[in-house]
Amino acid sequence: MDFSKIYALGLRHIYLISNSLPRIIDLIYWPTVQIFLWGFISKFFTLSSDYYSNTVGIILTAAILYDFLFRVSISFNMMFLEEIWSRNFTNLFIAPIRISEIITSLTLTAILRALIGLVPAAILAIPLFGVSVFKLGLPLLLLLLPLYLFGVTLGLLVTSGLLRFGPSFENIAWASLFFLAPLGCIYYPIEILPYSLQIVAKGLPLVHIFEEMRNILLNNTVNYFDIIKSISISIVYFILGVIIFYSSYLGAKQRGTLINMGE
Amino acid sequence: MFIQVKNLSKVFKKNLAVDKINFHIDKNKTVGLLGPNGCGKTTSIGMMLGLIEPSEGEIIVDNKNLNSFKRDKILSRINFCSPYIELPKKLTVKQNLEVYGRLYGVKNLSERILEISQDLDIKNFFKRKTGELSSGQKNRVSLAKSLINKPEILLLDEPTASLDPDIGDFVRSYIQEYRSKNQVTILLASHNMNEVERLCDSIIMMKKGKIIDRGTCKEIIKKHGRNNLEETFLKLARSENGLQ
Repeated sequence: MDFSKIYALGLRHIYLISNSLPRIIDLIYWPTVQIFLWGFISKFFTLSSDYYSNTVGIILTAAILYDFLFRVSISFNMMFLEEIWSRNFTNLFIAPIRISEIITSLTLTAILRALIGLVPAAILAIPLFGVSVFKLGLPLLLLLLPLYLFGVTLGLLVTSGLLRFGPSFENIAWASLFFLAPLGCIYYPIEILPYSLQIVAKGLPLVHIFEEMRNILLNNTVNYFDIIKSISISIVYFILGVIIFYSSYLGAKQRGTLINMGE
Repeated sequence: MFIQVKNLSKVFKKNLAVDKINFHIDKNKTVGLLGPNGCGKTTSIGMMLGLIEPSEGEIIVDNKNLNSFKRDKILSRINFCSPYIELPKKLTVKQNLEVYGRLYGVKNLSERILEISQDLDIKNFFKRKTGELSSGQKNRVSLAKSLINKPEILLLDEPTASLDPDIGDFVRSYIQEYRSKNQVTILLASHNMNEVERLCDSIIMMKKGKIIDRGTCKEIIKKHGRNNLEETFLKLARSENGLQ
């Protein structure tokens, strides 16, 4: 891997963000709205529910973690879509950059984009609602890791669809995360789901991540086995995502769609 | 032979876009790739750029097979310019050249950007976003990007399409000048016959995925008994079976 090329592709997206104040505002705006919305809901639940009475802001913490996953995935998709919208696809794929370097660059830049939006929102939650996601301590990083991997995986699957079906697949890019959200048990325990869906949900890393988050906040204990399980499942999905991306790229080369991919 | 294309074919579903074409280009020569729309020029260029997987055949660049040798090693020696693809619109001209210079691993990048921007007279709109430029300005920026790595092989797809005669002439003169000062092998796909006559050492005529004639412009014009390349093109394009 040539890190100067990975940096070069990342620089393209850093320039894109830094050149436009509306883009920066857009990155910060949506996570902040989420924090406000879930902050008030969280406050209401804290006052009205026995389940949440011991831990202020459990829902808000879940909202912040879920937004991290959402931002990583959307960032990955957006960066790929930017190449299609700007009709730069051919220039990118004839440059001497390997597919693995493109994936690495998008993966690294996605977290930067996600953090630009999320860090100010997470900091804002401290004075506004008295909720700090940083209270989770070191396990926070261990929960963010599988979320990051899974967010990138969703990004890889959507971009594979864009390579396979062209820009018309764009709408799926926006819908992909909402499709999985009900099974992720983000705001409620897994027992709420019907038994058959519980089995499906356990195959996703999200359930293990959010169950563990609740466990840490409610019981002040860390179950590292669950964290390792969520990381392992995320790695499996990530590898699968990379394989599907490569297969879509090779398919696009066969069909000749890389040369005229555009709006 | 610097570039060798052997038995190259491409089938899209049941449509035969390129049909067992063979040609070679010697080092530092400029070859024109001509033919009516849909004859397989863009598909052939796409295969030479590694964007399209050939159904059959080989592309050999400097004794290295494009499909089996490391993709990035060969692509670092090639570049491409076409008015049908664009650079990121929201990035400034300088940022685009910097990003592509880095992607191509250009050494002394700042000097190279300065040099090429002076040559192509783009320095005065360096800080403007590429999407805000006129088509003539965009075309020169696109050409600058395609020369940023001092490519040994330059593929040009209608480089002066949609340009006014003045800018078109500027671009053609620049390509001529660049070629005289640098070691570069050029494949030029164009519908502008004057441009082809002016820039190309020899031409390849394609029709319905096949090569139907080849040679120097003078040889082909004489062979078909026409006065210029435009008339020769029309004769070959309109003939039922224009095979060589």
